[in-house]
Amino acid sequence: MAHRLVLGSLLGLLLACSSLYAQSAPAPSAADSARLARLEQQVADAKGSADNAWMLTSSALVLMMTGPGLALFYGGLVRKKNVLATMAQSFAMMAVITVLWGVLSYSLAFGSGNAFIGGLHHLFLHGVGAQPDSDYAATLPLQTFMVYQLMFAIITPALITGAFAERMKFSSLLCFMVLWSLVVYSPMAHMVWGKGGLLNAALGGRFPCLDFAGGTVVHVTSGVSALVCALYLGKRVGYPKQAMTPHSVVLSFVGACLLWVGWFGFNAGSALGAGTLATSAFIATHFAAAAAVIGWSGAEWIRNGKPSALGAISGAVAGLVAITPAAGFVGPMPALLIGLLAGAFCFFMVATVKARFGYDDSLDAFGVHGAGGTLGALLTGIFAVSAINPIFKDAQGSPLPSGLLDGNAHQLLNQMVGVLIAWVLAIVGTLAILKLVDLTIGLRVSEDEEVQGLDLSQHGEEGYSWEVTA
Amino acid sequence: MTKLEAIIQTSRLEAVKDALHEIGVEGMTVLEVRGHGRQKGHTEFYRGREYTVDLIPKIKLETVLPDTMVEKAVQAIVTAARSGKIGDGKIFLSKVDDAIRIRNDERGEGAL
Repeated sequence: MAHRLVLGSLLGLLLACSSLYAQSAPAPSAADSARLARLEQQVADAKGSADNAWMLTSSALVLMMTGPGLALFYGGLVRKKNVLATMAQSFAMMAVITVLWGVLSYSLAFGSGNAFIGGLHHLFLHGVGAQPDSDYAATLPLQTFMVYQLMFAIITPALITGAFAERMKFSSLLCFMVLWSLVVYSPMAHMVWGKGGLLNAALGGRFPCLDFAGGTVVHVTSGVSALVCALYLGKRVGYPKQAMTPHSVVLSFVGACLLWVGWFGFNAGSALGAGTLATSAFIATHFAAAAAVIGWSGAEWIRNGKPSALGAISGAVAGLVAITPAAGFVGPMPALLIGLLAGAFCFFMVATVKARFGYDDSLDAFGVHGAGGTLGALLTGIFAVSAINPIFKDAQGSPLPSGLLDGNAHQLLNQMVGVLIAWVLAIVGTLAILKLVDLTIGLRVSEDEEVQGLDLSQHGEEGYSWEVTA
Repeated sequence: MTKLEAIIQTSRLEAVKDALHEIGVEGMTVLEVRGHGRQKGHTEFYRGREYTVDLIPKIKLETVLPDTMVEKAVQAIVTAARSGKIGDGKIFLSKVDDAIRIRNDERGEGAL
């Protein structure tokens, strides 16, 4: 009896102690719950702030790629009499595409619609405010996403100007670019990145194409369109017998360096956040550019006996183009390989293929962007790994293999579908627009205007007034 | 009065100028020109395409001298500009009808 009493009181003591412990971790009071909720909101805000800060910076970097990056790069490659006109063509995109995007094309690219094109819900940026759209970027104001994408919409048509440099009418250029942005860019952007897009890998497209920052959307479309333009418009007066050398490789050099730095916004910014994926894409981008310089310069050194500065900077651009679709899916070592291959391949396209076929792609928009983008998009299907970016997930949310080396050979087919659609859309769309503009206002300047130079004939000015008179 | 036009290598300008100053030549005009005689040019590569540059940068030096000074000037230029290789250049002599000093209307050899 006595030990039962002892046991009982011991148990009672234990129970009392445990209830005491229970009382020292009570259910949160209403005040504490409110504090917790506020703290969680602040953490989310801080994370969102970091993402937004990086994305606004990236937007600025991508705009810088057009002006002055591309403007200088292309400007230096043309003859002195065309330098301003060439820069003005890129600059005009900064103005015209911005208005078009705000009024209409953002909605066509990123609004809900069908598998091929968005709708008109966001006309005049209706509904595009501070609230995130979690389909695109859960931590960013939708306006940030919109303005970031705008910078891509600006530079893509600007790239095409390299194909018809020194012979396109300025008025025709403006008409062509507005139509191109609507007919080719917006649908392609929608298919790859827009909700419901046929090729959208992140949002369950029918043919998920891995295109991190625009290998197909930006480079294949612009590069292939460039080829179509070069063939349709024909060669410059005097090409190829007359020497048409760059009037300032120095300008092109500065432009190329600005492109390299700006590309960090283009690729790492496509992570749509300031986290580890952005870092990974940043590194892949830089490594590919570096390796591509070596690839192009090495090929040139062997073929021509000397590695030129123009070749080195062209190599860098080729590598940056090729890594664009792959940047957020591949590791640094594959990035090196992609860059090296792109440098050598694009040199071959520019130095051999162009000469053999005789088309006047004046500034090698097709040779670098069309060819480099195609190569990069296909290599993405080989080197993409879920360890870097788990883009494909199963029903339970576990990552699935991304590319061929990861164990998903099928992805290469999807990449080919994406590339093929880009090529077809670019060819058909560009041809139709060229025909339309040609029939209405014409495309080329007259022979006299071309010989006089576009700076004077189109813009009434001279790039360098280093006159004899004081 | 004789006009002396000398086309010389760009690297020889300083030497020729000094040589002419030493013999008392007081006026000259220097132009940057491009051209060629029998000298071959060089090739440049841009994006894989080969360009032959056959107009080579040269310096053209002009001076108008009294006839008495001409042969001394020719010798001075030849000595200063000669390297012995193709591309050294040429000197041309021609008769000048008159010379006028703009500042004070002086004419003839006194204006040189």
